[in-house]
Amino acid sequence: MTALLYILLAFIIGIAIWQIASIFNLKSVIATEKDNNTQGILFAAFGIFFYGLMIFTFWKYAVILLPESASVEGARIDKLYIVTMVLILFVQAITQFLLFYFAFKYRGIKGRKALFYADSHKLEMIWTIVPAVVLAGLVLYGLSVWNDVMDASDAENPLIIELYAKQFQWEARYAGGDNELGRGNVRNIKGINTMGVDMTDLNSLDDIPTRELHLPKGRQVIFKFRSQDVLHSAFMPHFRAQMNCVPGMVTQFSFTPSMTTEEMRANEKTIAKVEGINKIRAEKGEDPYEFDFLLLCNKICGASHYNMQMKIIVQEEAAFNSWLSTQKTIAEVIKEN
Amino acid sequence: MSDHHHKETFITKYVFSTDHKMISKQYLITGIFMGVIGVFMSMLFRLQIAWPDTSFSLIEAFLGSHQDGGVMSPDIYLAIVTIHGTIMVFFVLTAGLSGTFSNLLIPLQIGARDMASGFLNMISYWLFFLSSVIMVSSLFVEAGPASAGWTIYPPLSALPQAIPGSGLGMTLWLISMAIFIASSLMGALNYIVTVLNLRTVGMKMTRLPLTIWAFFVTAIIGVVSFPVLLSAALLLIFDRSFGTSFYLSDIFIQGEVLHYQGGSPVLFEHLFWFLGHPEVYIVILPAMGIVSEIIATNSRKPIFGYRAMIGSIIAIAFLSTVVWGHHMFVSGMNPFLGSVFTFTTLLIAIPSAVKAFNWITTLWKGNLQMNPGMLFSIGFVSTFISGGLTGLVLGDSALDINVHDTYFVVAHFHLVMGVSAIYGMFAGVYHWFPKMYGRMMNKALGYWHFWITAIAAYGVFFPMHFVGLAGLPRRYYANTAFPLFDDVADVNIVITLFAILGGAAQIIFLANFFISIYKGKKATQNPWKSNTLEWTTPVEHVHGNWPGEIPAVHRWPYDYSKPGMPEDFVSQITPLYEGEEES
Repeated sequence: MTALLYILLAFIIGIAIWQIASIFNLKSVIATEKDNNTQGILFAAFGIFFYGLMIFTFWKYAVILLPESASVEGARIDKLYIVTMVLILFVQAITQFLLFYFAFKYRGIKGRKALFYADSHKLEMIWTIVPAVVLAGLVLYGLSVWNDVMDASDAENPLIIELYAKQFQWEARYAGGDNELGRGNVRNIKGINTMGVDMTDLNSLDDIPTRELHLPKGRQVIFKFRSQDVLHSAFMPHFRAQMNCVPGMVTQFSFTPSMTTEEMRANEKTIAKVEGINKIRAEKGEDPYEFDFLLLCNKICGASHYNMQMKIIVQEEAAFNSWLSTQKTIAEVIKEN
Repeated sequence: MSDHHHKETFITKYVFSTDHKMISKQYLITGIFMGVIGVFMSMLFRLQIAWPDTSFSLIEAFLGSHQDGGVMSPDIYLAIVTIHGTIMVFFVLTAGLSGTFSNLLIPLQIGARDMASGFLNMISYWLFFLSSVIMVSSLFVEAGPASAGWTIYPPLSALPQAIPGSGLGMTLWLISMAIFIASSLMGALNYIVTVLNLRTVGMKMTRLPLTIWAFFVTAIIGVVSFPVLLSAALLLIFDRSFGTSFYLSDIFIQGEVLHYQGGSPVLFEHLFWFLGHPEVYIVILPAMGIVSEIIATNSRKPIFGYRAMIGSIIAIAFLSTVVWGHHMFVSGMNPFLGSVFTFTTLLIAIPSAVKAFNWITTLWKGNLQMNPGMLFSIGFVSTFISGGLTGLVLGDSALDINVHDTYFVVAHFHLVMGVSAIYGMFAGVYHWFPKMYGRMMNKALGYWHFWITAIAAYGVFFPMHFVGLAGLPRRYYANTAFPLFDDVADVNIVITLFAILGGAAQIIFLANFFISIYKGKKATQNPWKSNTLEWTTPVEHVHGNWPGEIPAVHRWPYDYSKPGMPEDFVSQITPLYEGEEES
């Protein structure tokens, strides 16, 4: 690969030097009819390259895209995304075609006079009003999804979990039997109480700290985010979920997992993606990879920002409950230490 | 201008010049110099992204103690990304683009002898120079330059414990930017005053070329929004050095609780983006103005919908100040605000669409003269559309959730404001080089430069959308920590190869530019057969621009191919012919 790189470089520099040499014997500096012709044809060729590249990337890179959403809310986002994308590609295809076609078609010819066409209120009204109407629809649709995703006030029996960020690690705290999180502040951080949970708050006692994130399928989860040092962002791409973790403040996001880890592993697109990844890994002599949901940091936070992750395991509710019951509460953990 | 005959020394002519034409060249050369640094940095980090564990002698040679055996450290990776962003956005695309062409064209195209205050203009350049020197010198700080991203969100940018670049490197960054803002405000005020007061006889606002409208409105946005960044930076300096808590609260780092209480980083985000978003338009509006002018001239057609173009510039400028929150959909601010900003953001698509359609219609039934400036202008329209459309995804709060801060964003803004604005800048340089240096740039080199750049730009940024949609966050030193992202590694290699191709293509431009200054063919007075006033001045610069009286203006600047006229262009200084109706 590196060799190819150097060859490419040498090629470019070669062209550059060869062309620069010609600067001294060039007579015409303004586009001639011949130039107009060549460049116009090149624009047509570039148009073909442009569409080719678009189609190629869509075909070639479809496999690397995220598989379908593993949350109920994410599925709505995906639908909105597809509607928006179809619209974008439609407009893109038409406008770019016109641009390159006109550049080709109307390339300058000596003696031809351009059409003096300075204004058309009708046309301009069309391309003000049509985008306005389409965008109005898109805004309304988008906002209904946004409100649905962001509003967790009508959640029935949600599971409440705190996600706690620090350089460069995630921790989690389940709200426990009372389903209410105790207060937290960095000033309470001491020894094993790494999240600064306020143990004088009675709600804190049954909270359950963990280093792995388990979620139940089909139950809405409300996440409360905190950070102890700099900004982080809790990004769970498979659930279409993201929220910044801000020191000094508690932020919130919620979603309802709709697929267990096992179900996601059996998903057609996931299988294709994992196969692709494992082919690459095999070439490099690395162990095969098995799909897992992940929590990543998505706000620049320092040297190891690129490796701040936590595994997410989505289970059927019964399995989740039995896992949670085996975890110790924070009161127990502190007592033991 | 009573003093335009006084004797000039080398110092007053080339260094501390108050002549807008010289200042414009100073801006351009400084901008190009900073651009070389900014692009070179992108080459370095693209190497790291494509081949994370591979040793490069290039990296070993340039990064000194910040690398280990030819592999850069994570800290310096973030620093390079930060400085690349800062330099490209502010030093190249704000000062280099707007500074160059506002200075060159405002007096020349409105018919003025110089800027309203030549002295202020000179100070403005030298402050910009000083801020560039400080920014470049920050690269040599032992702990590395600022590395919290070009958006310098605290607490990361406030705490050296969090990242080494937040020590002296960040201090220099803040000082440099404070000076930069002062420079930019002086420039902007000068532009506004000049456009309002110094227009020649007959140069009504509705006869101004679209370039001037764009520079004028850009200056207004700058005056409205840059001071807010200055105040944000000052408060950050207070937090960093004097123990205040504007942005910081409840922080525990390296085993100790810091004293800060009650501040909020979200406040900084609001202040930053109140400049940061208009800044995008400060970058792109001048390019739009330049492109409008060049497309009209080279299509030999009036710009389509002149008044709608002005209206859309004003609409974009107004809306640009009320959309900043779309950078903060997942910042933790109230979701209702997210709804409001989604609405205002998508509104901005309307004037943008009007502009794009108007450019395309200007080409329709034209007689296109394919000069290098024209190629870059058509390229601009293409990348502006490609990049602008994905704004519909990012501006929609619900969709932004999952692509926020991924490479999808990087691809979007590089196309819509990075590549587009650079194209606008190149177009301007090719088009007005004869006005600046009295010589022509080489045509063939210009063609090579455009086509390689155009292929490379799409080769880089098309695939990059997919990397983002695969969920890869930006600003990751390597994606090796996640097997999930193993399959984007190949895409990253493709992107890097195209990036190197694109970077190398700029060597062609540099060679063409600098050789043409000395060896280029002598320019004629009006090489592109253009209508605007700058082409009525003599090729050899004179202080005061016109040797005699400033000509009066009798018509708008877009009488190209007007029926009944002897030629396919009519200079603005040509009086209306008998029986001719004003367009």
